[in-house]
Amino acid sequence: MYEIRIHGRGGQGAVLAGGILATALVQEGKFVVAVPSFGFERRGAPVASFLRFDEREIRQMTNIYQPDCVLCIDPTVARAVNVFEGVKDGAVLVQTTAKPLGDIELPPQIATVGLCDAVSIALDIFKRSITNTIMLGAFARATGLVSLESLQAAIQKSEFRDAGLKQNMAALERGYEATEVHQIVRKAAA
Amino acid sequence: MSAILKPKSKLVVCDGNEAAAWAVSLANVDMVAVYPITPQSSLVEYLAKFIADGRLNSEIVDVEGEHSVLSVLQGACLAGARTYTASCGPGLAFMFEPYLRTPGLRLPLVMTIVTRDTLTPQSVCGGHQDAMSVREVGWVQMYCESVQEVLDTTIMAYRIAEHRDVMLPVNICHDGNYLSFGAARCELPDQDEVNEFLGEKDVNWHVALDPQRPMAVDPLTGGAGGPGPSTFVRYRKGQCAGMQNSLKVITEAHEEWGRRFGRHHAPLVESYRMDGAEYAIMTIGSMTGAAKDAVDAARARGDKVGLVKVKTYRPFPVEALVSALAEVKAVGVVDRSVSFGWNCGPLYQDTIAAMYSAPRRIPAMSFIGGLAGADLTVAHFERVIGRTRELALDGHAAETVWLNEKD
Repeated sequence: MYEIRIHGRGGQGAVLAGGILATALVQEGKFVVAVPSFGFERRGAPVASFLRFDEREIRQMTNIYQPDCVLCIDPTVARAVNVFEGVKDGAVLVQTTAKPLGDIELPPQIATVGLCDAVSIALDIFKRSITNTIMLGAFARATGLVSLESLQAAIQKSEFRDAGLKQNMAALERGYEATEVHQIVRKAAA
Repeated sequence: MSAILKPKSKLVVCDGNEAAAWAVSLANVDMVAVYPITPQSSLVEYLAKFIADGRLNSEIVDVEGEHSVLSVLQGACLAGARTYTASCGPGLAFMFEPYLRTPGLRLPLVMTIVTRDTLTPQSVCGGHQDAMSVREVGWVQMYCESVQEVLDTTIMAYRIAEHRDVMLPVNICHDGNYLSFGAARCELPDQDEVNEFLGEKDVNWHVALDPQRPMAVDPLTGGAGGPGPSTFVRYRKGQCAGMQNSLKVITEAHEEWGRRFGRHHAPLVESYRMDGAEYAIMTIGSMTGAAKDAVDAARARGDKVGLVKVKTYRPFPVEALVSALAEVKAVGVVDRSVSFGWNCGPLYQDTIAAMYSAPRRIPAMSFIGGLAGADLTVAHFERVIGRTRELALDGHAAETVWLNEKD
């Protein structure tokens, strides 16, 4: 079972991103459960959404506390919540940021990092910082766990129509293209 | 391994609220009355969308409150319509007067309770307290574990409610938040097959608002003389008989569902890894998935624990439960709600009442968790299993354990 925790802010579409990713993974024959966190979500407030997938039926309908991957679709949410809480050893971080790798503080558990300046891409495509579909492209690039084609098909199936659909398809592809993937090599502890 | 899909069914990814709406659409419901309330709102929004898109050919009435929701549906049902609504929490409370009357009128209404904890303190999050608060009113209540079970059970509910031996309203309960908004892959059965499964609807053969066959509906009965008292008793006994009959009808409906659609849900109680179990934990609703994973892990360590899930809660499946627990030395019962009168969970209270008819007495303990949206995880069930193991060894039951008191 592979567990992903998506961090964002209210209004950026973290829950929708979970739904699109779930549809794409089901298309690839996986079993998926996606649970949004809940409470009084407000635009701009930190939100999270949880997704687990497996080759077998998944029974747990719970939140995720030890993720294999943290997908951060907002550049500053990590200042508001500890996005690394409980991450497994060897975990993947997929982060929207304009910073280079060296400027990002990582806990020792993170082994792979995918960086994508999704905000700049979003401002270019949508004229506002809606980063969810861009970061799904980044996730596909950084992890290889879902194909770009399946994500494209899932976006086609979603509620996006006409210009919105075209923009989001472009956003997905640009996110995929623009993502830099780094493997973190750590020296053995002394 | 990929799931094997029946040739004509369709695979979708949806949450429990959308799954319920799909089921209502597949059941060809004639009349829907709605008043949105969290966490039920998206369910009735999906229905409105299905109707607007022409997918569901149903009347929808957006009324001014839940009291009117059920009153409208009572009229529709008496006029021969297949009916549906969904509610929860404060909405269900406001619906209570017509809610009380529905089973006495023997109307086969189907209503989803997207369960929510009751006020106060203020909370809009999930918990079974609303559904549990109306458990003794005479509606059949079934609690779902997964998104797929929500869809399948909502369709089955019409066959159960409209069965001539039952003729009672049915609540399908699915957990607010975890099932209402939790999404999973879900198979939509073929429309023709659902039509065959449900058969012709005939909902007002016994009581009707019909100018062609005028009759007095809901006659005045009771009092201390004349035919009143015995008429009242006849009505009441009939309701109780309908409830008891539903146990068999629910079982048959689930068996037929399994044969037709290949998905076998336990109708009354599910025994999971109970072979050779020395003690058991009991669950209800969506918590069961995490509990099953915890049982698997405990079994892998050599702990002889099993799980019994209650699906049909009203009428209470006494015989099925006593038989499921026949071999164990102790049981730990996890509730997502509170019985204020007994300082324990209501499922626990029902379990010990049922076990009074068992040939031997076993120690039991009540665990309460998952209130007001709190998560019940594998770690919580590991604690329940550990404490129930001690109970099986020493027989000393402690006070009710509140699982989310510290974490």
